Amino acid sequence: MFGIVLLAVLVLAALWLVGQFNGLVALRNQAQNAWAQIDVQLKRRADLIPNLVNTVKGVMKFEQETLEKVMNARARALSATSIAERGAAEGELSQGIGRLFAVMENYPELKSNQNALQLQEELSATENKIGFARQFYNDVVMKFNTAQQVFPTNIIAGMFNFKPSEFLQMPEADRAVPAVDLSTS
Amino acid sequence: MDTSALVAPPRATFYQLQAANRRNSILLVLVFVALVGALGLGLDVFFLGYDPSGQRGLPFPIATFGGIVFGALYAMQGWYFGASQVLGASSARPANPANPAEKQYLNVVEEMAIAAGMPPPTAYVVPDPDPNAFAVGRDPAHASIAVTEGLLATLDREELQGVIGHEMSHVKNLDIRAMTLVTALFGAATLLADVARRGLYWGGGGRSSRRDSRDSGGSGGAIMLVLFVLWILLAILAPLLGQLLVFAVSRSREYLADASGAELTRNPLGLASALRKIASAHEPTRLINQGSAHLCITDPRGMKLNDQEGGMANLFGTHPPIGKRIQVLESMAGVVGDSAPIQG
Repeated sequence: MFGIVLLAVLVLAALWLVGQFNGLVALRNQAQNAWAQIDVQLKRRADLIPNLVNTVKGVMKFEQETLEKVMNARARALSATSIAERGAAEGELSQGIGRLFAVMENYPELKSNQNALQLQEELSATENKIGFARQFYNDVVMKFNTAQQVFPTNIIAGMFNFKPSEFLQMPEADRAVPAVDLSTS
Repeated sequence: MDTSALVAPPRATFYQLQAANRRNSILLVLVFVALVGALGLGLDVFFLGYDPSGQRGLPFPIATFGGIVFGALYAMQGWYFGASQVLGASSARPANPANPAEKQYLNVVEEMAIAAGMPPPTAYVVPDPDPNAFAVGRDPAHASIAVTEGLLATLDREELQGVIGHEMSHVKNLDIRAMTLVTALFGAATLLADVARRGLYWGGGGRSSRRDSRDSGGSGGAIMLVLFVLWILLAILAPLLGQLLVFAVSRSREYLADASGAELTRNPLGLASALRKIASAHEPTRLINQGSAHLCITDPRGMKLNDQEGGMANLFGTHPPIGKRIQVLESMAGVVGDSAPIQG
């Protein structure tokens, strides 16, 4: 009788261990997947920028400095090696793009340029996707790291040498305050 | 029930919402089987002469089993093809990336899919000038989102993001799955209740009354009569109860989808401003079928009922009052600004 009880306890413990371990692996894969998603969008942004710069260069004669800053930040982001360095450079690039969009407002002829408008929409969509992908990545990383710290999962995390993932920090672009019409019409 | 959402915006996680929807779905299937079983058994006993004790008449409850099998097949058809039927009935067409406004819509759908960590749903456009939007599908991998041309023309990018975030939450919370199931099951139940009521017409005067007179000697006759009356009530009320259930489910999901949508966009004011614009265009959306009202971001029937609370609105409205929804979203914006960011 005692033997059966002991066996049942051992089997339950083993099942629990497997479940917790698989949960941690699933979270780790989710984090890697979320990171890959950010990477895809960052690459797409790097591809779009030269197109936009070439399209607006001719019209925006007095903004060569803004354009150059964007191109330089892009080059730094592409050559970054660590997550922290990459985050800083990509954040700078976001700020540069924000400024570029702001000054583009001063050039009415760009408003009728279909190509420029299309590129601007693509680039803002990519900017948003980067933001949302980062938000999702950081949420997953928080879940993964929390799972590794709380009792009793922390024992398993320690046993199988799980490492906390790194949050992706980017300096926020100066986002314009959303214009919301609060009047009741 | 809904008023609690006004005091504190719901903070349930996607996981909890999904678990609740899974539980409700199982409950719903059980209710469906019981309902169809009861309708079929009534037909067997009262009209086909089936005797549960097996002494005379039909040896096998043919209508009960037939009803459940037919109901299951009919519901499965609704489960797999319901979404395309709804899209077809509203003349929805896939969004065209060559059109700048629809390209932006496609981009916003992709953005929200990334924020939710899900595969992007198929994006459709309904050629209707009234602003509205809905989501359909049996699971997140087979989900579709549709917006009207009027919505794309009326809203700016941020507002559109709010609306798509709301619809994406319906997808992620498995609301669309629950709604597809409700619609499929009660489509089948309504049809079977119809058959049962028809049974009253061609069988009503004949066999059942003869049976009643034959049984009237025993004490079983009175019980049979009561059961017969209950069965008739069930056959008449089942479709109506099904409708009310759909409405109730829909109403209770709207605040949740508003809140979790704002969690995705981190911008409750975008959706609040979108709802304001949609509310000011309070026209019926003609292309969206009456039966799909519960799927939309606001009631496409343009009913004044949804502006009220209590009484009839609590029974027949598919959506909570739009003013209250805007108020809750705006109070969320205050909360977001003052304290820690909402965690997903």
